[in-house]
Amino acid sequence: MADNALLDIKNLRIEATVYPPGEDPQDVVIVDDVSLQLEKGKVLGLIGESGAGKSTIGLSSMGYGRGGVRITGGEVILNGTDILTGGVRGLRKVRGKEVCYVAQSAAAAFNPAHKLMDQVIEAAIEHGVASRAEARKRAVTLFGKLGLPDPEHIGQRYPHQVSGGQLQRVMTAMALCSQPDLIVFDEPTTALDVTTQIDVLAAIKEAIRDTGVAALYITHDLAVVAQVSDHIMVLRNGKKVEYGTAEQIINDPHEEYTRALVSVRSIAHEEKKPTETPILSVKHVTASYGGGITVLKDVSVDIHEGQTLAVVGESGSGKSTMARAITGLLPPSEGEITFDGRTLSRRLDQRTKNDLRELQMIYQMADVAMNPRQTVATIIGRPLEFYFGLRGKERDRRIGELLDEIEMGTGFADRYPAELSGGQKQRVCIARALAAKPKLIICDEVTSALDPLVADGILKLLLNLQKIENVAYLFITHDLATVRAIADSIAVMFQGKVVRYGPKSQVLSPPFDDYTDLLLSSVPEMQIGWLEKALANRKMESAGN
Amino acid sequence: MGVALKLVAQRFALGLLLLFLVSVLIFVGTLILPGDVAQSILGQSATPEALANLRRDLGLNEPALARYLSWLGGVFHGDLGTALTSGQDIATTLGRRLGNTLFLAFWAAVISVPLAIFLGLLAVRYRDRWPDKLISAVTLASISIPEFLIGYVLMYFVGVKLGWAPTVATIYDGMSIWQKLQTIALPVAVLTLVVLAHMMRMTRAAILNVMQSAYIETAELKGLTTFKVIWRHAFPNSIAPIVNVVMLNLAYLVVGVVVVEVVFTYPGMGQYLVDHVSKRDLPVVQACGLVFAGVYIGLNMVADIVSILSNPRLRHPK
Repeated sequence: MADNALLDIKNLRIEATVYPPGEDPQDVVIVDDVSLQLEKGKVLGLIGESGAGKSTIGLSSMGYGRGGVRITGGEVILNGTDILTGGVRGLRKVRGKEVCYVAQSAAAAFNPAHKLMDQVIEAAIEHGVASRAEARKRAVTLFGKLGLPDPEHIGQRYPHQVSGGQLQRVMTAMALCSQPDLIVFDEPTTALDVTTQIDVLAAIKEAIRDTGVAALYITHDLAVVAQVSDHIMVLRNGKKVEYGTAEQIINDPHEEYTRALVSVRSIAHEEKKPTETPILSVKHVTASYGGGITVLKDVSVDIHEGQTLAVVGESGSGKSTMARAITGLLPPSEGEITFDGRTLSRRLDQRTKNDLRELQMIYQMADVAMNPRQTVATIIGRPLEFYFGLRGKERDRRIGELLDEIEMGTGFADRYPAELSGGQKQRVCIARALAAKPKLIICDEVTSALDPLVADGILKLLLNLQKIENVAYLFITHDLATVRAIADSIAVMFQGKVVRYGPKSQVLSPPFDDYTDLLLSSVPEMQIGWLEKALANRKMESAGN
Repeated sequence: MGVALKLVAQRFALGLLLLFLVSVLIFVGTLILPGDVAQSILGQSATPEALANLRRDLGLNEPALARYLSWLGGVFHGDLGTALTSGQDIATTLGRRLGNTLFLAFWAAVISVPLAIFLGLLAVRYRDRWPDKLISAVTLASISIPEFLIGYVLMYFVGVKLGWAPTVATIYDGMSIWQKLQTIALPVAVLTLVVLAHMMRMTRAAILNVMQSAYIETAELKGLTTFKVIWRHAFPNSIAPIVNVVMLNLAYLVVGVVVVEVVFTYPGMGQYLVDHVSKRDLPVVQACGLVFAGVYIGLNMVADIVSILSNPRLRHPK
């Protein structure tokens, strides 16, 4: 294998300088002694949580270090040459010609000032791979192959004029345009909705097969990587955990950590029966931003005491808008919201302090939902002072209790948000919401920014707290696995409307409406060959119709 | 295109409205200035009858609104009135002076704007290395030294010691363009030094800001040279802030050059204004104020319009 390897990374070591507040700069090892080989035309999946070093390894195959990251040891041999010895000029000849890169967020990775075509063919022209006319022709062919609408003319558009899923395909075309030997896919479908992801995934897989290009496929989603990879390398904290064929990693993982990744989302949650009267009742609510397009259309749902209503849907389906309408941040134009037997004012500024206290919120980005200059104790203590007038020892005691409840302990009281991990930050946000002793907490994509194992921990905590505090959740998410794990009832939203609503068991069992069917069948499953099966089913269905 | 056109039209209308309000302000401002034109023309020894006659002849006894409207009406016809002190037509004199000022400003801009942007790009290319630090140090030093001092220093060394350029920058009709350029070499150099730093630093900051974007990484990973990355991918996205600063500095080149004009005895607008302020010749002061305001508003309007047009989201809506 070593003889015909396209890419041969040996004993790679990557370091970065970090600047902890108040301390001297330190060098930390980000990737430690990682070796991998990739044959022509094969796909290697790199998988791990954030901070595992997977993107860093991917970029090192282009000799690139993001931020202050430096490759301090090892060899990166591409087509028989160690690209790390060629200097900046040598790297420039490799980048965009022999290795191309597909970034996570195509929306940010395209230059807003230039037309798509100019950006797609830029590398090919720069490296003299093709003339302008040839490169354009090739790009149009690739656009067609990747299933983009109107391949002849889509290149004349600007990035903001096409959708996220389309941009990701254009980005793949951009990488393929200079006919490289290797493409680094860095979480190419992570930012997409599931229903879009499956198509982009299929397009990428087909393009890899047709062009015979080799690929490093980086993702945190094992179910996704299982669909496209020949081999998989599991990484953790910059070290290799396990390396094997996709088949072996999914079906017969040897390491404990890999097993945890494969079996993630195994939370079993018994659905509770609805109570007599709901705690929150949303009746025929319609809302729009600034009197423009209506974002919520005649939405009615109930949430029962101590239970969880999960609201699922794609981006733009109106999930978060529903939360804004309930909290009063966006006063609905029609409809009524009753809470604990009383009708809530539509507007936030007309609600009583008690209304505010009993209805709390937790957000997706725990980072920006906390004041970076306040300690954990101040952050959690604020609602205690505001709603209950707690001061001094009494307040400290309660903060300690809350910290215990979120399984962190009083040791964290004096820490600042910057000193916490992503999961810990989200736990502090949960404690802050709990401090108000609410009857309902709105959770807006609270696990979406977290790694699967960390997200699992948060979900378990939320379920546990629900048992203890008897608090109800309105859980907004786009992730159906999360829904299965914690919901008692489910509302599926599409284009501002609730298209399916009821107890979990009922919503997730056939017969399905078209949209729910599409949504459910698009969620990648942890098995090899799922993608082909799902696509085949879809074709059969559309043929049957 | 519709959105952009609408915004541009809006800016244009706003500019005109602003100019109109400024004309009111200028008129009211000169009204409440202390002193009496008739008195300053005739001197302390004038008899009350003579003063009253002159006031009547100058129309100073009319109500303020009537005087404002007749003045504004004149402005629309290109008639800025006559100077009280010399009896000359203001529009003619002012036109010549403004021409001179614009001539000086034009050449200073032609040199300083591309130079500032180029130096800004260079500073980004060699960020935190010696070329960047050198460029920053030199331009900062030149903006910190008062312009009259730079003027005199250049005059002494370049003009007197080396004899490369004339120290007096008086231009007149009948000079060839080449002679004119030679004559204004020193004031142009001073003005360039004064406005360079501001524009260069803004260019550097605006581009560095954009250099953090993900699409810059995309460009680097295409194997483009650093300068191509900056020029092709960063610069087009930082035009709006750069143009704003450039326009502010161009406006300064027109309305703020009094000191340089005096130092080099250049027959421009600034000197004209200063002379007539000291003589309390209000029509001239008003006319100059209006022209300055027009230049300022006009250039800032251009900056706004360029910013709008440089935004692809506005130029090519979904």
